[in-house]
Amino acid sequence: MMWNFDCYGDALAVISENGLRVSYARFGQEARKLRDAIGGRCLVFTLCKNTPASLLGYAGLVENGVVPALLNAELDQELLRGLYDAYHPAYLWAPDGFAWDGCESVYSQWGYQLLKTPFGFETHLHDDLALLLTTSGSTGSPKFVRQSYRNIRANTDSIVEYLKLDATERPITTLPMNYTYGVSILNSHLLVGATILMTECGIAQRDFWTFFRQEGATSFGGVPYTYEMLDRMRFMRMELPSLRTMTQAGGKLQPELHGKFVDWCQQTGKQFIVMYGQCEATARMAYLPWERSKEKIGAMGIAIPGGRFELIDVDGTPITETGVTGELRYHGENVTLGYATCAADLEKGDERGGVLETGDMAQMDADGYFTIVGRKKRFLKMYGNRVNLDELERMLKAQFPGMDVACGGRDDHLYIFATREDVLPEMRTFLSQKTGLNMAGFHTQPLETIPKNDAGKTLYRELEQYVH
Amino acid sequence: MTNLEKYINAFVEALEVPAEDVAALVYGESTAWDSVGHMSLIAALEDAFDIMVDMDDIIDLSSFEKGKEILAKYDVEL
Repeated sequence: MMWNFDCYGDALAVISENGLRVSYARFGQEARKLRDAIGGRCLVFTLCKNTPASLLGYAGLVENGVVPALLNAELDQELLRGLYDAYHPAYLWAPDGFAWDGCESVYSQWGYQLLKTPFGFETHLHDDLALLLTTSGSTGSPKFVRQSYRNIRANTDSIVEYLKLDATERPITTLPMNYTYGVSILNSHLLVGATILMTECGIAQRDFWTFFRQEGATSFGGVPYTYEMLDRMRFMRMELPSLRTMTQAGGKLQPELHGKFVDWCQQTGKQFIVMYGQCEATARMAYLPWERSKEKIGAMGIAIPGGRFELIDVDGTPITETGVTGELRYHGENVTLGYATCAADLEKGDERGGVLETGDMAQMDADGYFTIVGRKKRFLKMYGNRVNLDELERMLKAQFPGMDVACGGRDDHLYIFATREDVLPEMRTFLSQKTGLNMAGFHTQPLETIPKNDAGKTLYRELEQYVH
Repeated sequence: MTNLEKYINAFVEALEVPAEDVAALVYGESTAWDSVGHMSLIAALEDAFDIMVDMDDIIDLSSFEKGKEILAKYDVEL
């Protein structure tokens, strides 16, 4: 058991924008009903939206030993099919009206239905396995991160401690539920008996703010793009007396904007907390204590309670001097078990032993605060979503044979390079459709040849000159 | 270009949709008009009509039709 919903009795666990108010006791009952309909420990694909039913298909299952894989309800059908064929889940927990070949609806609640697949309980699960999350949700890569009960519990305890959460909190959803940062907000607030405000509306919609005010939201989380939008919308002119805390993760916020939000929060008696994490570490690894935010603009902070960082140079030796760049390595109980790329991997136990090579390049200052300065791996964050550039290249090469293509860019700006100019617009549309990410972030650049080294490997460095 | 043409053009350019589709557009019903598209759209409208849209109006602009009403507040006649 992860949370013990029953201990908060009549306190509200969740309020939805369309008026559903669910107490902890009721949530616990509904979770047991869903478990009984499922019939035992097995794999369930939960197609997530920010609704109480979707929360039931996450927290209700984890609480009862059923293993959900959280996927975006808007995931491209073909990509979902690929995951379904690779993992053979026993059930899908999906919105009413969602149809899937070969499945039968056996239970429903709050606008969601339990679809029984023909696979039964054939996919075996390791006893420690609690949850599967994608690292790159939008590309439908068959790669999942395997999180254990202990991982989730350890990370949740740390978050509750450093954010000082209690039952008076009312976080409002701003992030997808299948996204590790969104999940961590749910985890930590359910543990303290707080009330989660769930809405499918976004910050650019009036209904979001109406709900926010009506229910007195106390906090929300955002990726860098969220804060750019809020700034652009002149959010700082809004009177939001109930708001206490804003957290930021999912990529590095521009220092200027970081400073702006810190100042606004100081003037209005709120807290702005920058954090750092990865799905591979359950969710959070570091936070920047709000009291020091102003003097540490641009930094992501210090390790969370129970965690520890070290910086490693190219030879694998720990770096002890300040201001020297190295790869960031993290130690803690929240370091997940490992990856899965097929059903058989779900039987595996812990492959990491509490140590994670983050793939991020960082520096430490004299006070022991860390700043991310680069990335070792080939991925970008698009509006907070990790997008694997090699995966996108593979998708493009499969769809558009007979030409050479490469992907590069910087956060929120993905560049497609191809040797045929006429197909570039089509490539752009294709990637936007497949990933569900807005086309505005996709740029194109025709090239006569994609630069390669003698071994035929793409020289991504040379592509950087085209990225603005 | 008439104001209506400018208005349609803002949708076409910001959301990258064909002009014949814009009249039926509603926020959130396509990838084109998500939160990212919305901010591009607001910027395009501000440029096209040389106005500054208030936050209240930014979050109210939920459809092609609604946008027309909002622009009227900024003395833009379509």
